[in-house]
Amino acid sequence: MSTLRALAQAQAVAAGVAQPVATVRHLHLSDRPLVLVPLALAGEANAPLAALVGAAPDEARLLVVPQPRNRDQRFAFAAELAGIVLPYLDEFRDRTEAVPVDRGRDVRHRYVDAPQVLVPNPAGITFLRLFGRSTRFRRPDGEHPVHPSVPLLGRWLTFFAERAEHPGSAALVALTEALTLHWATGQSAVEDLHLPALLGWLDPPPGLTGAEAAARAEDPARCPPAGPATDPDFDNHRLAPAIEAYTRAEDDPAARAAAYAELERLLRDQLTPTWELMWRGVGLLRALPPGARVAGRWDGDKDAFTAHAEHVDAGGGPQPRRDGAVAAAARLHRLERALASYAVQRAYDDPLVMAEHRLTGEAFVGDVTLADPKRVDDTGRRPVLRPRIQVVTTEPVLVPVGATLHSPARPGQKAKVVFVTPAADGKTEVVLELSGGMGRGLTAAPGSVPEVGERLCLTTLSDGFLPAGAFPAPEETPWTHGGPPAGAPAPDASAEEWS
Amino acid sequence: MTDTAQRLAEIRGGVPPRRHNARTIAALTGNPGCTRRAVLDSAGVDKPKLAERVGFPARFGQSRFAITRGNAFEAQVKADGGAELLRLVAERLGVPVPDGATWTDLGGDEDRPERSRAALTAPGDGPALFDHPLLGLDVAGRRVHLEPDLVAARLAGRFHVVEVKSFPVIDGQADPAKVAAAAIQSAVYVLALRDLLAADGQDPDLVSHEVVLVCPRDFANRPVASLLDVRKQLLVLRRQLDRMARIDDLLAAVPAGFTAQLTADPATLAGALTGVPANYAPDCLAACELAYFCRHEARGHTGALGRPVREALGGVAEVAEVLALAEGVRAPEPEQAEAAALLRAAARLRADALTGHPA
Ligand code: SF4
Repeated sequence: MSTLRALAQAQAVAAGVAQPVATVRHLHLSDRPLVLVPLALAGEANAPLAALVGAAPDEARLLVVPQPRNRDQRFAFAAELAGIVLPYLDEFRDRTEAVPVDRGRDVRHRYVDAPQVLVPNPAGITFLRLFGRSTRFRRPDGEHPVHPSVPLLGRWLTFFAERAEHPGSAALVALTEALTLHWATGQSAVEDLHLPALLGWLDPPPGLTGAEAAARAEDPARCPPAGPATDPDFDNHRLAPAIEAYTRAEDDPAARAAAYAELERLLRDQLTPTWELMWRGVGLLRALPPGARVAGRWDGDKDAFTAHAEHVDAGGGPQPRRDGAVAAAARLHRLERALASYAVQRAYDDPLVMAEHRLTGEAFVGDVTLADPKRVDDTGRRPVLRPRIQVVTTEPVLVPVGATLHSPARPGQKAKVVFVTPAADGKTEVVLELSGGMGRGLTAAPGSVPEVGERLCLTTLSDGFLPAGAFPAPEETPWTHGGPPAGAPAPDASAEEWS
Repeated sequence: MTDTAQRLAEIRGGVPPRRHNARTIAALTGNPGCTRRAVLDSAGVDKPKLAERVGFPARFGQSRFAITRGNAFEAQVKADGGAELLRLVAERLGVPVPDGATWTDLGGDEDRPERSRAALTAPGDGPALFDHPLLGLDVAGRRVHLEPDLVAARLAGRFHVVEVKSFPVIDGQADPAKVAAAAIQSAVYVLALRDLLAADGQDPDLVSHEVVLVCPRDFANRPVASLLDVRKQLLVLRRQLDRMARIDDLLAAVPAGFTAQLTADPATLAGALTGVPANYAPDCLAACELAYFCRHEARGHTGALGRPVREALGGVAEVAEVLALAEGVRAPEPEQAEAAALLRAAARLRADALTGHPA
């Protein structure tokens, strides 16, 4: 918890409405995100009960499972969901773009855009992850055959769930997390997990404070929970009788249709308020201008989508239940790198995020008071362009002489600290020597050296290339680290016993 | 009746104390620093009713789907005189699976405490399963009876608490919050079983700190057993029960005439509650029936936003004070100097960035 964010929370309490903690949007938002609001049956292992799905506010499709404990109905739901999700994915597969690789010596192709799935909260992501796990090993043949689209859906849901763990990915997003990345409420983090309460703080109805709107949103009788868990009172007093009525009407088609319609009505009523909140939340995020590095991160999602689509097309197998030792270590390393770079990128894109680093001494802002853009260092074998500038700041400067700093305005340039001198009025003068990002030759390209009067942010954070770790090939892994793995275990999914 | 018992009865308002179960005892460890809760629970006040009476009803409803499923799974696991259960537990403990075990259902009888005591302390160390033992624990000087849906398994001469839970273990992983709740509840039973043996002059360590958790595996109904080490939970529980045993110390912090009599006028009741020190934290929402009341009362306090927020604000307790220090309109107390400097810097940077200065 940064002090800046905590202060924004305190301000939200006093103001009665959420306060911004970002000035730009830090995630990509699709024009047509697939919004998915799932509900699960209480007490069961991730048994779907219903879902509202669609890529536009007026495209909501309701799926229900009238007897959620019935395995055939569970996979019928999966097939129905696949019937929406897979065509949605295909929408992104008709155009590719060429991307230079190997320093422009070669190109590869990737889809020009990628799908984006939005769920209300992190529990929604867990639901999709487990639903992917319960479907991706199913088979269209054998003892308990399922529709061929079911295992395919499972693999795609697993793909999305894995992307969701990748910092900075926007392929599968929990809306509560996207919103709290940009606003701070006057309630705690656990309370922010409740989408209706969160939006109560973000956008309270006229005449109510955020706290009042949130308290109102917590009453399940007034506002159904955003799932996947349902309200126990709803279960006991409305859902259970409706499921019983459906079960009783087994031999009577008319009564069964009526019971089904009643179930649909009940579940639609539970889901619709969340559906509307989802699009309201999307609207709030859309109103923010995207950060400069958002598109670059979305390119990563496009790459991942392309790679997985190719893997599936080439007949590749489903993701294993658990990664082997090398794969797990490599994945962890990748996630750590992504996390570090995501944090730096947000700071570069957003002065309000950078302010957190200024508070901890990793960055300062000052005015350029002297500049020598023509300075050449000729002490080495070849003369090199090394302009110097002096920056005066009122902020504490905690970086030592010799440190290398960067400025978000000129990310390709390095600034080495040459002198740090205390000046009058508690100010500090910092002399910096610049290298890089000024073009070739001994004359700096116009605008590449900060001019006197420019306000500049300097930071130890670097968005530079982080070297990838080297991991042994699986067959070279010592047995102490999992040994040469036996490969993915043969799925014995159909052997699982069902109620 | 002792003075203390008399005082607790007054707090309760003369009605009989509410019964505890393992869940309510486990919940006692949720916010150990809260006097309000410790006193109300020691007195056996009906907190759900109290919360409703003061206008902040708790929301701890249980879905009947979950209950049905839990019962069905339990019945399945315990079927056939516990043959399957015995195999699961023995295999998980790494001991040879016995050919059979005695199965004693201690439930549904008259004289249960005595029967449970006799059965569990009887000599002999052959494999045995005891279902529905009635156990007892001292909570704030009161004997509390627990009727767990639990099996105590005696294998290789040691007792293991076996808990059957219906949440799934998928690819070897279960919902951490559910596992944590199961661990602390099991610890209550371990403690009670140990007390029972100790009272009989036997070695309490015959009851293992390793609890066997039996859950459905993956998405199906086949059970899988896992081991839970509950040593940490036992310590926490012991500490809180000891604290409640020193109820007189706790009562010293309670205003003299305090009562939580449910028939009192709601405003009076709410006022009386406010007089007993609480320690609200967002975790209370999942653990204590009074949470919505206490949250309302704690509004404007940084602690209500969560401990990390409060700490990031230099530990300053009230939101108004935080903002006054941040804006520099209030002179900090000497011990607040550092926090105030941090808050002022944060406020300046925040304002700077929001008004569009470049980064
Ligand atoms: S909700 Fe209130 S009474 Fe309960 S533990 Fe928290 S502060 Fe104490």
